[in-house]
Amino acid sequence: MYNAGKIIIGIIIFVGLVTFPFIFAGGKATAKPDPKIDTPEILKMPENERKCVESKSFMKKEHMQLLNDWRDWVVRDGNTIYTNAEGKTFNMSLQNTCMKCHSNKKKFCDECHNYTAVKPYCWDCHIAPKEKES
Amino acid sequence: MLEKAIYGGRRYWVWIFFLLGLISVGFLAYLYQFKSGLGITGMSRDVSWGLYIGQFTFLVGVAASGVMVVLPYYLHDYKKFGRLTILGEFLAIAAVIMCMLFIFVDLGQPLRVLNVILHPTPNSVMFYDMLVLSGYLMLNLLIGWTVLGAERKEVAPPKWVKPLIILSIVWAPSIHTVTAFLYAGIPGKHFWLTAILAARFLASAFAGGPALLIILALIVRKYTKFDPGKEAIQSLGKIVTYCMLINVFFLGLELFTAFYSQIPGHMHTFAYLYAGLHGHNQLVPIMWVSSILALIAIVLLVFPQIRKNENLLAVACLATFFSLWIDKGFGLVVGGFVPNSFEKITEYWPTLPEALIALAVWAIGFLVLTILYKIAVSIKEEVVFDKYGEKQIKAE
Amino acid sequence: MSINRREFLKMAGITTILGIGGVSAVQGVRNRVEASQASRAPEALTAKRWAMVVDMSKFKSEEDYQKCINACHLSHNVPHITDNPKHEIKWLWTETYEHAFPGNEDKYRAERFQHMPFLMLCNHCENPPCVRVCPTQATFKRKSDGIVMMDMHRCIGCRFCMAGCPYGARSFNYKDPRPYIDGSKENLEFPTRMKGVVEKCTLCYERLAKGLQPACVEVSNGALIFGDLEDPNSAVRKVLSERFTIRRKPELGTGTSVYYII
Repeated sequence: MYNAGKIIIGIIIFVGLVTFPFIFAGGKATAKPDPKIDTPEILKMPENERKCVESKSFMKKEHMQLLNDWRDWVVRDGNTIYTNAEGKTFNMSLQNTCMKCHSNKKKFCDECHNYTAVKPYCWDCHIAPKEKES
Repeated sequence: MLEKAIYGGRRYWVWIFFLLGLISVGFLAYLYQFKSGLGITGMSRDVSWGLYIGQFTFLVGVAASGVMVVLPYYLHDYKKFGRLTILGEFLAIAAVIMCMLFIFVDLGQPLRVLNVILHPTPNSVMFYDMLVLSGYLMLNLLIGWTVLGAERKEVAPPKWVKPLIILSIVWAPSIHTVTAFLYAGIPGKHFWLTAILAARFLASAFAGGPALLIILALIVRKYTKFDPGKEAIQSLGKIVTYCMLINVFFLGLELFTAFYSQIPGHMHTFAYLYAGLHGHNQLVPIMWVSSILALIAIVLLVFPQIRKNENLLAVACLATFFSLWIDKGFGLVVGGFVPNSFEKITEYWPTLPEALIALAVWAIGFLVLTILYKIAVSIKEEVVFDKYGEKQIKAE
Repeated sequence: MSINRREFLKMAGITTILGIGGVSAVQGVRNRVEASQASRAPEALTAKRWAMVVDMSKFKSEEDYQKCINACHLSHNVPHITDNPKHEIKWLWTETYEHAFPGNEDKYRAERFQHMPFLMLCNHCENPPCVRVCPTQATFKRKSDGIVMMDMHRCIGCRFCMAGCPYGARSFNYKDPRPYIDGSKENLEFPTRMKGVVEKCTLCYERLAKGLQPACVEVSNGALIFGDLEDPNSAVRKVLSERFTIRRKPELGTGTSVYYII
């Protein structure tokens, strides 16, 4: 093998870089995110009305797309009312609709976003609900 | 061909590391700006564009001016420019890269820059400016690289380059016209709202760009074995002369219209720039430096006897370059905002971090330019000089 | 068959590009909500083209102006930047006559008119230059009611609109505005802005959607008249047909929607 020394050093550096996050975390996996929906506002609702604007599975997968569409419809088209799959209507607003129920941004939004290292810039402008430091 | 850039003498590496140093300092300043916002610059609610956009405007001109060597060579078969074309094209590449960086550092939300492509807006001149600038960059990269590669292998360049070269000749003035349209179509900004603005831009570009190219060519000749040619430099000198005269003539036209008509809105900015308005005169000294440099340049350029002396030509070119750099790279943009829409005056002067960022963009441009020129010159030395020796200088 | 390094790299590059493209094509097919699911609130105020008339005779004291300005700035979380006037942000403010209507100066005009403060805001032009120059449609004219809107999510902060606006109606966030908003007076129903975007009056689109008049109009005691310019029976048209009004820089052809009665 030509340049054996250089190649071996290169491989060691490469392996070191690739495994660095695992070694750095001490071999432990980061705790799985566990978003909470047990806010006082939600608990106050009767059991059968505790539903988000769309189904849980849809919201899990598509909330970002939904928010994107809501934003365009409200800001650009001036439409503010959303009719969901069941025919129920909602005022389209992150700050005034979503967060009125999900008043626990830290345990609801940040939990997963931090885990997946996603940094949506929503809160640079939208005012997050005031939470007690826990 | 890139490997040519990693072999060089001591002087080459000192220069490269000097540029890298400037870039690092500017990068730190940019991180500061990125974190704190554009408030770290001297810009304001009233003067909302400053040094960055001014430099951008000036450099579009430098990029467009590459056409002044490409056109005579390819359309008029002016052989003397043969060795200059690659220098012109590579200068255009470096200039376009600087333009793009100046736009980028001027953005308040730089991470959203791709919105311009995501939401294409045909009624915005800025959108076209992005299109024509990236197109021009591609064209010059493709043409310069292909032609140089062919020269290295000592074969004729492939046939498909010719139409691209013709396209680039048409494209060059269009990038600067579009840049002028950024300003010339805005209602209520009297200083910019003039049909002659694009023409003025082109005249100043075709004076300032070739002036820089002459200086670069002289440097290349001094420090390498490659000689771009004495006559080629003299011909470029003629181009600088005519374009500088036209540029000053156009400025005179503006002054006549403003001051003979006596319409206050048309006179205000000129008054502010050259004499001061209501006690505000921060830009007066540099505008006069620009005017005096222009005068020196013209005196040195119009007399062929003086122009033929390459040292004096270099002085004339430096004067031309810096005169236009102040006038177009600063006064033109800032002046448009003074007085503001309420006929009030807010003055502008760049801050230190802003200047460092601008300097770093220039350093990046010069780094790109140095590397490209190194490659071009190494190949020219290899295929021309080492083979034919001194003959290449005397042959033409 | 043997391939050389150059060909291998070419193929690897093409495969990568196709791979990335393929993934995004697959992800493109997803559950989408339909635009038909969005509708206007029944209580929303609607018009073909909103306009405002400023009745200067009803502004008697500094307080009358300040009342409107505060209503606007507080309901929209407009930062109060006093440490550097260059970074000032204003949606609604005053300028004296000679600055509001430059080119119409007359040194013999009565002193009280010369320095009379006029209420300034975005003119919501019929033919807005700011919209024409914006490279991302972050500022746009709403087709439904002519409001010149700002989409803060999309603005890249190039400030072309600020150069384009002949009325100086636009402000840029030269720094993070949040430290300049009084936390105790913050409107929790409305967002703030972030650094690096341009903002201006949006004619209270969020209040119109709820059936409310703009904040400044509501507190003005009739000094600000708001209505549909294209409805001959609207309050605005009624005033325009009876009183002499002026607009700012009409010669520019922008078709401003803010009128002044002196």
